[in-house]
Amino acid sequence: MSLGINAQQQLSSQKSLEAELLKHQGKVIYLDFWASWCGPCRKSFPWMNQVQNKYVDQGFTVISVNLDTEFELAKKFLEHTPANFPVVYDPQGLLAKKYELLGMPSSFLIGKDGQIKRAHVGFFTKNQPTYEHEIKTLIENKALSSAH
Amino acid sequence: MKNKVKLTLLLTTGLVASGCTSLGVQPWERDLLAKKEMTLSNGLDDSLDDHIYFSKEASSGGRSFGGGGCGCN
Repeated sequence: MSLGINAQQQLSSQKSLEAELLKHQGKVIYLDFWASWCGPCRKSFPWMNQVQNKYVDQGFTVISVNLDTEFELAKKFLEHTPANFPVVYDPQGLLAKKYELLGMPSSFLIGKDGQIKRAHVGFFTKNQPTYEHEIKTLIENKALSSAH
Repeated sequence: MKNKVKLTLLLTTGLVASGCTSLGVQPWERDLLAKKEMTLSNGLDDSLDDHIYFSKEASSGGRSFGGGGCGCN
């Protein structure tokens, strides 16, 4: 049963992400790549849930891509650390390759025009205000400052 | 003839230079390397090794378990 789900998801990881991105077209999107074995990813989940709740009504959403090779591990992670945003499964790392991830977790902030405005590698608690400020700025349709 | 040699040399150099580019672990693949079955040696080997070092050289630890030695067994 779980193998069936896995195989299905392997085939459709790219399509699922495209569908999610299309569904939220015109919104500010925080695209996050995570895996169950990655410590900082675990830390980022409460924050992502929080910003999702806070800004979902203002044209914003978090979309996450799980990179676990075993679906069961991702499922277990989500049982302990629930997510209130969509999760796309990419067990083969096709999307990870496409987005040329440099580390885990990785996140991309996509503006209302569908362009990637900022990329972050890692998740740092001390940078949370910066992450949130960037989201707010993009929701207001303003340009991000060039300073990283 | 000379051209052929040159071409062969160029191809070989190209192949050698790019031979290892596809190796290496991507950041999102590290879960596989961290698995138990991916360790270089197994527990039995390690414990036998450690026993030899402990007995002959009065040293132990530094691998997976701590402890010192008096060299008396």
